[in-house]
Amino acid sequence: MSDTAIVVRDLKKSFGSVQAVRGVSFDVQRGTVFGLLGPNGAGKTTVIRMLTTLMQPDEGTAKIEGYDVIKDAHAVRTVIGLAGQYAAVDETLTGRENLVMVGRLYHMGIKAATARADELLWEFGLEDAGDRTLQTYSGGMRRRLDLAASLVNRPSVLFLDEPTTGLDPQSRIALWKIIHDLVSRGTTVLLTTQYLDEADYLANHIVIIDQGRVIESGTPEELKARVGNDVLEVRIKNISQINAATSALRSLGAGNVRVDLMLNQLSMPLENGMGVVPKAIRALDIAHVEIDDLTLRHPTLDEAFLSLTGHSPRI
Amino acid sequence: MMHKIHKALGDRFVWLVADALTMVERNMIRYVRLPQLLVFSTIQPVMFLLLFTYVFGGAIQTGSGEYINYLLPGILVQTAVFGAITTGIGLAEDLAKGLIDRFRSLPMARSAVLAGRTIADMMRNIFVVLLMLAVGYLIGFRLEGTLSDSITAFMLLLLFGFAFSWVSATIGMLSKNVETAQVLGFIWVFPLVFASAVFVPVESMPTWLRTFAEINPVTVTVDAVRALALGGVPDETTSRYVWATLAYIVGILAVFMPLAVRLYRRSV
Repeated sequence: MSDTAIVVRDLKKSFGSVQAVRGVSFDVQRGTVFGLLGPNGAGKTTVIRMLTTLMQPDEGTAKIEGYDVIKDAHAVRTVIGLAGQYAAVDETLTGRENLVMVGRLYHMGIKAATARADELLWEFGLEDAGDRTLQTYSGGMRRRLDLAASLVNRPSVLFLDEPTTGLDPQSRIALWKIIHDLVSRGTTVLLTTQYLDEADYLANHIVIIDQGRVIESGTPEELKARVGNDVLEVRIKNISQINAATSALRSLGAGNVRVDLMLNQLSMPLENGMGVVPKAIRALDIAHVEIDDLTLRHPTLDEAFLSLTGHSPRI
Repeated sequence: MMHKIHKALGDRFVWLVADALTMVERNMIRYVRLPQLLVFSTIQPVMFLLLFTYVFGGAIQTGSGEYINYLLPGILVQTAVFGAITTGIGLAEDLAKGLIDRFRSLPMARSAVLAGRTIADMMRNIFVVLLMLAVGYLIGFRLEGTLSDSITAFMLLLLFGFAFSWVSATIGMLSKNVETAQVLGFIWVFPLVFASAVFVPVESMPTWLRTFAEINPVTVTVDAVRALALGGVPDETTSRYVWATLAYIVGILAVFMPLAVRLYRRSV
């Protein structure tokens, strides 16, 4: 068995005159998380739909665990799980009924399907809600149940289309943890996201697509190095100390210090990583600079796009 | 080799039935949990029944016999056809909510989602037709045919509604959203139901409309159900009506079953 779970070669798909996907190729290693990153309308969902047999590519090939998505579509469906942007679950059924239904559609016996449903409800912290209809579920609970439904058959390859879009931060982190656990147990995950931090946290390898084409590919570290570094922002209490603060930070020689007099703020890209942060605080303290606010921020997806493509993402 | 193919086809059929039953179960749970779905599909025909019996009925000439006896078989066919609209609406809803995507990503039989939905709607029709019969009885309707004829009429009603559910399923698969499915659902049903023998004898219509009304499958089915339920028609005439209705049912299914399944497979 090869160690490549997904092989995509030159996939193309048009809708009328709109070329949604214009030749996308990539490989996904087994047991890793692969992030497909891009703005709205970049073609992420179209790629996922082609890989999960919901849509046929116009050109190109794709294989999941060695099965061709066109010729062996049925076999592909036996090894994949899919959780989409919308919680694709039946509102009028209970959580357990939804999972049992999916299990039976995978041709499990009723006993096996029920046992699997109970197992998943427990794993996803929904055991108490299992016998309630979905009308009583919160958005985060629905999304968790949707993810549970995609795992009924213990898929070896899991597709997640913007799994955390529209979720509150707490549910988002809970979902990240679940995805992390799945991968540590050997599942291959391909996920799409609009959030750089999500791809950064979850993915071993990221491909950035824009207007239906791959514009960048690499590990999160490689990409971040290419799209720019994290930025340390310091706001000081007293404008009279701005020169002292500036020279304190410059003395570290870590990066180009920029001064914003309007906001009483200094910013410095962290070219050599986080190690500079405590040094910066110490240097400011020694110079008796009073700090009002201190923030670390990632370059935004917009900034990343700008530095990679020279244009802002078209939303 | 042949044996293997036979076995593979047999397995596929067994799974189609199993998958369809799972989907039937899902849809039936919906009707139990959301009884308003059932109520909506019965209130309208009951209103039509009362409206035509008490308001328009006195002005409509249908020959000898009580108008309610003429009307109820028509209303039953109308109920079966209107009920079919919900098939398309339900599927459009599943499509919009992403449920169809989930089903399409599963290694299940391709036609099971549609079969499950249409069969569940047929089972709902059993309930609705019995209820309409009960209401009809309260306001004076009496079955005058033999028991076996009445059962035949009942089966024809269910099958006719089932056939129209597949037309509706085709429309549902073509609709981009629930509202479109609702509007499209009524547009084609309306002329079929009103330019027919549901409420009035087609002889009372102008020639051009009468030509349409006479070949209208709704008229053909109403004639068959009426003849079976009321008797008093020569046996050859009744069986001609019944065969014509069956021919329509088979014809509609032959066209729209494959069409709907095709759309389900490729819909994006």
